[in-house]
Amino acid sequence: MFSKIWKWIQTFSSPKYFYGTAGKLIPWFAAGALALTVWGLYLGLFVAPPDYQQGESYRIIYVHVPAAWMSLFIYVAMAVSASVGLIWQIRLADVIASASAPIGAAFAFIALVTGSLWGKPMWGAYWVWDARLTSELILLFLYFGYMALQSAIEDQRTADKASGLLAIVGVVNVPIIHYSVEWWNTLHQGATVTKFDKPSIDTSMLIPLLLMALAFKLFYAALVLVRARNEVLYRDRNRRWVRELIQKL
Amino acid sequence: MGGYAFFVWWSYGITFGVLLWLTWSSLSSKKKVVNRVKRAMKREAMQQSNQVQ
Amino acid sequence: MNKRSRRKMLVVLVLFGVSVATVLGLTAFQENLLYFYSPAQIAAGEAPDSRSFRVGGLVVAGSVQREEGNLAVQFDLTDNTATVPVSYDGILPDLFREGQGIVAMGKIDSSGTFVAEEVLAKHDENYMPPEVADALKAAEQARRNESI
Repeated sequence: MFSKIWKWIQTFSSPKYFYGTAGKLIPWFAAGALALTVWGLYLGLFVAPPDYQQGESYRIIYVHVPAAWMSLFIYVAMAVSASVGLIWQIRLADVIASASAPIGAAFAFIALVTGSLWGKPMWGAYWVWDARLTSELILLFLYFGYMALQSAIEDQRTADKASGLLAIVGVVNVPIIHYSVEWWNTLHQGATVTKFDKPSIDTSMLIPLLLMALAFKLFYAALVLVRARNEVLYRDRNRRWVRELIQKL
Repeated sequence: MGGYAFFVWWSYGITFGVLLWLTWSSLSSKKKVVNRVKRAMKREAMQQSNQVQ
Repeated sequence: MNKRSRRKMLVVLVLFGVSVATVLGLTAFQENLLYFYSPAQIAAGEAPDSRSFRVGGLVVAGSVQREEGNLAVQFDLTDNTATVPVSYDGILPDLFREGQGIVAMGKIDSSGTFVAEEVLAKHDENYMPPEVADALKAAEQARRNESI
């Protein structure tokens, strides 16, 4: 039984198999991401009503919140893949982790910048050192650290081990970010959607938010596969299947 | 945008600017890898033919 | 330096950079873990009296007094347990209004007034259209009238 599962995992995680399957999946994810973005932006920018307190400025929520969610989601995905790579020595897991890092960093950066553009008109400051903002900034640094280790260490196995370890240790930051607004007095307000209670946002405003969140997830799915395919090609550049594939191009 | 146009549009601009740039750079890095392998294959083929002679 | 030792140097530098960033982050974090004190904490004497700190609370309705001709403003800040008077001379954020949550940075003067150097607005996690907010307010008003 176990050996069967193991064999199944090995087939599906073989770089050659992955390269082909991922190539077929990418267009679907990309098309879904594009369609949901257009739909979500239309509802968010033109249909959803203004907020009773923040007026039109709250529309930044439709990029800020999905980007912040993605920065956390991708970090967890990266750390899980890195640990799978470390423990079971599945090479594809390391590839997924290293392909995820720049995407996660981009989303963390977007969350910080759009948050600051939202903070200025509403709070009165572009930046404050409260627990939520600081822990999100540390998340960006963790992504940078992972990417730096990946590119600095020449031996791929050592690079995967070192950066994977950093990714796993950094996971402690994820619950800190999420609960920072409850554990400490922060300028950042509490959770609107991701709480056990009913979301404290009007349905007409919630729907575009969820659409954008789904759009960003599909965007990540498409882009991580694109990046992982490139990475697989590069890592297997001396293997026969890559040589045969490139000869055909 | 009720006086907040600057903040709202910059937010959207930066978000989609960053995401498009990342997409573009990810797609173009495939070309780099392929060219690199092609060059290596050419070099190896030349070396081999030299050895044969 | 050959290639390998250069790589090693780079790794050491990266690790050093990451740890410095983390330490800096955590220090900033530690100092501001408690981003602001509440008026009740000030009343209980928990807030520092020598250095400046932040206080957060709701602006008491009807307490805002503006001076004519300049930006100086005075208002009371409450957490429904204790109240502290605040004075401020500067531009207030758009969200500043009576009943609004704010965070002010400054010091307590000898008369017990909090002299703010900076006032930031803290908004809540609720998002709704203005009509819904008005309807909620009206319903609240009606309920109150009924109970009287």
